[in-house]
Amino acid sequence: MNAAPDPHTLTGAYATHALPEEERLAFEQHLAQCPACAQEVAEFEAALARLGAAESGRPPSGLKAAVMAGIGDVRQLPPLTGPAERRRGTSRPARQWPKLALAACLALATGLGAVAVQQHDQAQRARSQASSLREEQAAVTSLLTAPDARTTTTASGPAVATVVWSADRGQAAFLASGMPALPQGRTYELWFNDSGTMRPAGLLPADHGQLLLTGNINGAVGVGVTQEPSGGSAHPTGQPLMLLPLT
Amino acid sequence: MNAVVHLSAPRFRGPDLKELVAKTAFGDQEAFSGLYDAVVGPVLGLVRRVLRDPAQSEEVTQEVMFELWRTAARYEPQRGEVLPWVLTMAHRRAVDRVRAAQAAADRDQKAAARSHVPAFDEVAEQVENRLEREQVRRCLQSLTELQRESVTLAYYRGYTYPEVAELLGTPLGTVKTRMRDGLIRLRDCLGVGS
Repeated sequence: MNAAPDPHTLTGAYATHALPEEERLAFEQHLAQCPACAQEVAEFEAALARLGAAESGRPPSGLKAAVMAGIGDVRQLPPLTGPAERRRGTSRPARQWPKLALAACLALATGLGAVAVQQHDQAQRARSQASSLREEQAAVTSLLTAPDARTTTTASGPAVATVVWSADRGQAAFLASGMPALPQGRTYELWFNDSGTMRPAGLLPADHGQLLLTGNINGAVGVGVTQEPSGGSAHPTGQPLMLLPLT
Repeated sequence: MNAVVHLSAPRFRGPDLKELVAKTAFGDQEAFSGLYDAVVGPVLGLVRRVLRDPAQSEEVTQEVMFELWRTAARYEPQRGEVLPWVLTMAHRRAVDRVRAAQAAADRDQKAAARSHVPAFDEVAEQVENRLEREQVRRCLQSLTELQRESVTLAYYRGYTYPEVAELLGTPLGTVKTRMRDGLIRLRDCLGVGS
């Protein structure tokens, strides 16, 4: 998805909420796969908060009573992940940054997906697609919050791909943007690299570049992507388009 | 004035806001009350700055407080401090409100805005904390005029960047990059970030 020639430059306009709706949605997709952009946005938001805080005003006296009386009718959202998946305290905040940013971006994209579907009121098919996308994203988000989750990113032409994995859980997820559209009858297939032997790990959905890889990591040293006939192959039929090391 | 005041080294000493958010997430109304007291001033100030209209500002502030209560469990402490999180929420809502209003009275507002590009001095109005005001002023001053205008028109007036480009008679791409360059300067000057 490349609505803007260089999406990196949009961090400033995004942080000031100055992107028109369409560009905002496109940028958020990019943001979900660009931890550096997400960090820059967070820093800009912190800087802008200083401008905002400098505006501090005195609230009217009745406001607090109205708010406190009103919250009784406002249902609180649950956390994004279950108690069992909670991160442990505040350990390694710096190293956790990129995946937390990814998690936040994904969460946002999930919400926006739902809104977009509602707004356009498309056919039932779109709804079920969105809901399976949401489930996929929930699984990926949960993986991102694993205490030992790690990420690796690579670029190939216009495509940028990130693999998130947790050795403890034995799970890995693949997130990509800008993957060139394939001709009819072709698909992207993911593989675990078992020290040179490629093991099938699932097909990348055509409508979004996100997949929780099937199968356990099981000591795989990397993740590869190839182009295969629809339905996938048992063994790669061509050279890998991308290889991401799980180290 | 050389001291760099970090956002995390506050100004907002006193209650531990992260803890208050965590408790609020569990439905603790007393914690929420403390959180309200700590953030309502900046929220109202920012919203009013964007919206101008006191009645609407109060309404939006109330909405922001409900959203804070509703989404407390979604706050990620590792992602950053509480106040930027809350003010991002507040700014988003204020801007949405302004755009809805603009859809109605578009032409007039743009004409009015053209004769009223906010000076950076104005940013510092109504400030309680002198140190904070001085630093924000000094940092805004370190931006080029185009950077400053791009950032403040978007942030304080709720304009989209194509609108900012039109107002300033500047190409779209230039405004985009000036916003980012300006924010990088502002961030570094304010000592925010890594």
